Amino acid sequence: MINFLILPILVPLITAVILIFLNKSVIAQRWVSGLSAFVTVILSALLVNKVKNDGIQTLNLSNWDAPFGITLVSDMLSALLVLTTSIVAFACIIYSFKGIGEAREKHHFYAALQFLIVGVNGAFTTGDIFNLFVFFEVMLMSSYALILLGGTNIQLRESIKYILVNVISSGLFVIAVGYLYSVVGTLNMAHIAERISEISGISQPGVISIIGIIFLIVFGLKGAIFPLYFWLPGSYYAPPAPVMAIFGALLTKVGVYSIIRTYSLFFYEDGGYVQQVIMILAILTIIAGIIGALAYWDVKKIIIYNIIVAVGVILFGVSTMNENALTGSIFYLIHDMIIKAALFLLVGLMATISGTNNLKQMGGLIKNYPGFSWTFFLAALALSGIPPLSGFVGKVLIVQGGFSSEYFIGAAIVLASSLFVLISIMKIFINGVWGEPKTYANEKSVPYKQLLIAPVILVILSICYGVGADFVYPYISQAAESLINTNIYIDAVLKE
Amino acid sequence: MEERKLKTSNVILQSMTKVLLFLIMIFSIYIFFAGHYTPGGGFVGGLLTSGAILLLLLAYDLQTVRNILPVNFLYMVAVGLVFAIGTGVGSLIFDKPFLTHAFGDIHVPILGELHLHTATLFDLGVYLVVVGVTMSIIQTIGGDDE
Repeated sequence: MINFLILPILVPLITAVILIFLNKSVIAQRWVSGLSAFVTVILSALLVNKVKNDGIQTLNLSNWDAPFGITLVSDMLSALLVLTTSIVAFACIIYSFKGIGEAREKHHFYAALQFLIVGVNGAFTTGDIFNLFVFFEVMLMSSYALILLGGTNIQLRESIKYILVNVISSGLFVIAVGYLYSVVGTLNMAHIAERISEISGISQPGVISIIGIIFLIVFGLKGAIFPLYFWLPGSYYAPPAPVMAIFGALLTKVGVYSIIRTYSLFFYEDGGYVQQVIMILAILTIIAGIIGALAYWDVKKIIIYNIIVAVGVILFGVSTMNENALTGSIFYLIHDMIIKAALFLLVGLMATISGTNNLKQMGGLIKNYPGFSWTFFLAALALSGIPPLSGFVGKVLIVQGGFSSEYFIGAAIVLASSLFVLISIMKIFINGVWGEPKTYANEKSVPYKQLLIAPVILVILSICYGVGADFVYPYISQAAESLINTNIYIDAVLKE
Repeated sequence: MEERKLKTSNVILQSMTKVLLFLIMIFSIYIFFAGHYTPGGGFVGGLLTSGAILLLLLAYDLQTVRNILPVNFLYMVAVGLVFAIGTGVGSLIFDKPFLTHAFGDIHVPILGELHLHTATLFDLGVYLVVVGVTMSIIQTIGGDDE
């Protein structure tokens, strides 16, 4: 079936519409959204398999040929990211059944969540730069709804900042697309890549570099890289745990994916200027993230700053532009999406049990909640990259790639960052999980066992991902292949 | 202060509304159908329709308009989305790429031969979403005091 690659976008979209009709019945909403998320996971897994067997899948919407209509492209990278998105969304929906509260569920929580998945899956799949913008907006609009839903004071305050920053960056995105369109005269990403390689042979590529930097600012604002991450710690702190998990796992990663996609396709032929800028910013991002992660005694803030560290690590791997490091980056990207979702859900559970976010007021959770404690321990080890677990392979490849391209300082900082990440996450473990057991006011009313299901699923997946790295590796290297050898991508879209 | 108990009456506004409402509605429907060959389409048509309903809201009050149009506008958005997605999904059944539209001359009993295009159905979806969204916004903000 030629339309197969649109199904991971279409199924959540149809579900969201059904959920608007079902807004009276919370039970029906849970069933429909849970089932549809599960179907999406299966469909995207089948899509990964299809891309593995048959190569890059393309779909010309409305039956218009490639540069003229909108093309959806599923290469291995986007198929894998769509699969990861679906898994994370499924886990967050399961957690929401008990973890979000009926008041929010009645006010279109699940519909907004499904629209968010539409936006993220669409942004990963599209092959058209303006369509990418539209899917960004779909994703952002639903994230505005999710960040605001509930209407507590902190949510209202932070959503204003969040919306303001994103409106400005979306404005810049349109401007950047306008510049690019006036230079190359096309919007199809493969066609833009072809045109850019034509003009940079003849005249000066200066204007392309400028557009590249504007795109970097745009996607940097979405993906929280060094000087542009200022909005993230406050905004992600406001919403409840499942929303936080879906934000932390998906939204910044869409920005990172867009950087990877545009830089591998468009802006690589200018003598490495843009590349160097990304590398320096990536290293500064890592440092800024580490400082934040070490500074706080607030469990949510620590994980939030770890997002920023991870974005820096992934972008460092991308900016070296050698095959090892790119493979490592993709490895790390997928690992990070899964493990960040797991950690946010776990930390949310921790905060629900103890009734506080402050580490100094927690302690001794291992006595009464051993299941939670060991899951958290495994997630913490996976995050910092202890060998059999999932964070290891990606980081090793990134560091290896960094050293082989002789970026010693950057690679050393990536290595050192693991240590600091481990310190920051072990601080949570030592202070919150070990020590004297305390009694908390509301702990009896927490549906602990049901809430633990989703993070356990994610942690098990993350362990399998690390242990089965041999099995996953061919998929990842196929994804890196189409980034390095962009002709595969261009030929698949333009059918030459 | 003098006692201010002057009786106000909206009789002119209300009777003009009764006439203008139909004119605006007909114009919005005309704009909607003209969209394929001349400027217009679902978006402008939808805005004009909600403009007409807004005039009704200005001349009367929220409850009267709710009685005249007992529609949950949020469901109207969803129905519009069903139309828009439905025209896309329809092409899946014939194993054509998503959103491939079909057209043809169809014989309709009373109207005779008509040249019909499924893009109109998509536009109808846009129309319903626009009306639904604008009216939801206006009613939510306007009815805040309850």
